Amino acid sequence: MQNKEAIVIGGGPAGLTAAFELLQAGASVCLIDRNERLGGQLTKQTHMFFGSEKQYASHRGIDILEILTNALGKYGNKLEILTQTTVVGMYRDKVLACVKGDKFFKLKGEKIVFATGASEKALPFENNDLPGVYAAGAVQTLMNEYGIKPGEKVLMVGSGNIGLIVSYQLMQAGVEVVGLVEAADRIGGYLVHASKIKRLGVDILTKTSVKRAIGKESVEAAEIWDLDEQWQGIEGTERTLEVDTICVAVGLAPLTELLQQMGVKVQYVREFGGNVPVLDENYQTSVEGVYACGDLVNIEEASSAMVEGRIAGINAARSLGYDVENADFRIKALHHELKDLRGGPPGDKVRKGLKKLGVAT
Amino acid sequence: MRIKEHPILELAEKPPIPFYFNGKKLYGIEGDTIASALHANGVKKLSESIHLKRPRGFYCAIGNCASCNMVVDGEPNVRTCITPLKEGMRVENQQGKGHIHAK
Ligand SMILES: Cc1cc2nc3c(=O)[nH]c(=O)nc-3n(C[C@H](O)[C@H](O)[C@H](O)COP(=O)(O)OP(=O)(O)OC[C@H]3O[C@@H](n4cnc5c(N)ncnc54)[C@H](O)[C@@H]3O)c2cc1C
Ligand code: FES
Repeated sequence: MQNKEAIVIGGGPAGLTAAFELLQAGASVCLIDRNERLGGQLTKQTHMFFGSEKQYASHRGIDILEILTNALGKYGNKLEILTQTTVVGMYRDKVLACVKGDKFFKLKGEKIVFATGASEKALPFENNDLPGVYAAGAVQTLMNEYGIKPGEKVLMVGSGNIGLIVSYQLMQAGVEVVGLVEAADRIGGYLVHASKIKRLGVDILTKTSVKRAIGKESVEAAEIWDLDEQWQGIEGTERTLEVDTICVAVGLAPLTELLQQMGVKVQYVREFGGNVPVLDENYQTSVEGVYACGDLVNIEEASSAMVEGRIAGINAARSLGYDVENADFRIKALHHELKDLRGGPPGDKVRKGLKKLGVAT
Repeated sequence: MRIKEHPILELAEKPPIPFYFNGKKLYGIEGDTIASALHANGVKKLSESIHLKRPRGFYCAIGNCASCNMVVDGEPNVRTCITPLKEGMRVENQQGKGHIHAK
């Protein structure tokens, strides 16, 4: 078993910024990601980002990724990157069990930063396991990373930002979006994104959901129906749409299993789609020396994930005994940035979730 | 089903990679995962559910859900959505939980 000074698990925006702060402070970092390429969700985001200047707003996700990975470049000798490596187990004494190809090995970290992100939720409806029913992020991966269309005609389920953005990206790839259904009585995501796809002729049907997928070996059609006030389907309102793909964009659930294996205290927060770790203001979990940041601690955005990654990274570096220049000032400024990012109506849900965790917003 | 034109993505021609799916020779391209190459060839069914034998395709495409498990070069339960395609790979639909054979 090898000992490491600091281990960062997950190479998305949160993990990349945490690794950067640790390296800048002088620590050695082992960065682990199960994918071939670093970047997490950013690898497939071809659209311009919102948020503030400081978090690279109006850059495309894929370009932000380049900025973040380039920043790590100069720390070559102190940075060890293990890609295609999945952390499959965590022990209480900060030992990680890892799998890379057919090799199994263990690592021990003095400090560990978790930035494993979240996984997309499924939606219960008849035949929801048919090939052709795909999560929105999967559709995005297929198109934007591999240049492949998921199908020719798509029904999008969910009008949050992900559903809206992926609908637009489907059209950019030359795929027809036959319709978008949303169970709630209003559109969940930003209106700019919604207007963009409406202008291109996509019907957004609120108070509507999928009743079932139709098909033998894969999706051949989708049956949709109206919902009543209790979100129950109304008999007699069914209609069939000819589609070969049903794209599910109904939210994410944090990947906290590893944290739970090592006994970190978690709390169920509906707004964040599942169990999230309980953190102190330094982004440290209930286990000393174990930090967490990004979508894993609350489902939010890449912009806030990057800020949280920096806070966790700086604090982890300090706890290793490194002197971080202007640390107190920087951390205060970073907390302010988070507050700004979470302001206004789009941040309602995040603020509500954080309140349940006792975090001041 | 490869995207031919795109306003943002640069889709350069890439060298083909031959592989076998259920014994049949197919081609992916450099940069493909096994699942993306299969999808580009119109193959959507990757595995079968264990008890009811229902067809399964990929779901998350980033290694979270195991819906894309297939037998690759004799090894079962390979998450094909995050496994890079290599020349000559033998990929098969997986039935049941998979068996480990001595290599
Ligand atoms: C369609 C879409 C549009 C979006 N648009 C915006 C936007 O406009 N602006 C914005 O700010 N945000 C946006 N976001 C949100 C943003 O992408 C996420 O909030 C952000 O990527 C979260 O970062 P993260 O580092 O926490 O997690 P991720 O980016 O999910 O990274 C987690 C990483 O951890 C790795 N990992 C997980 N488990 C393991 C393990 N056991 N072992 C090894 N590695 C592991 C994963 O492979 C992954 O690389 C969008 C998201 C989507 C899906
Ligand atoms: S599709 Fe989810 S693990 Fe491959």
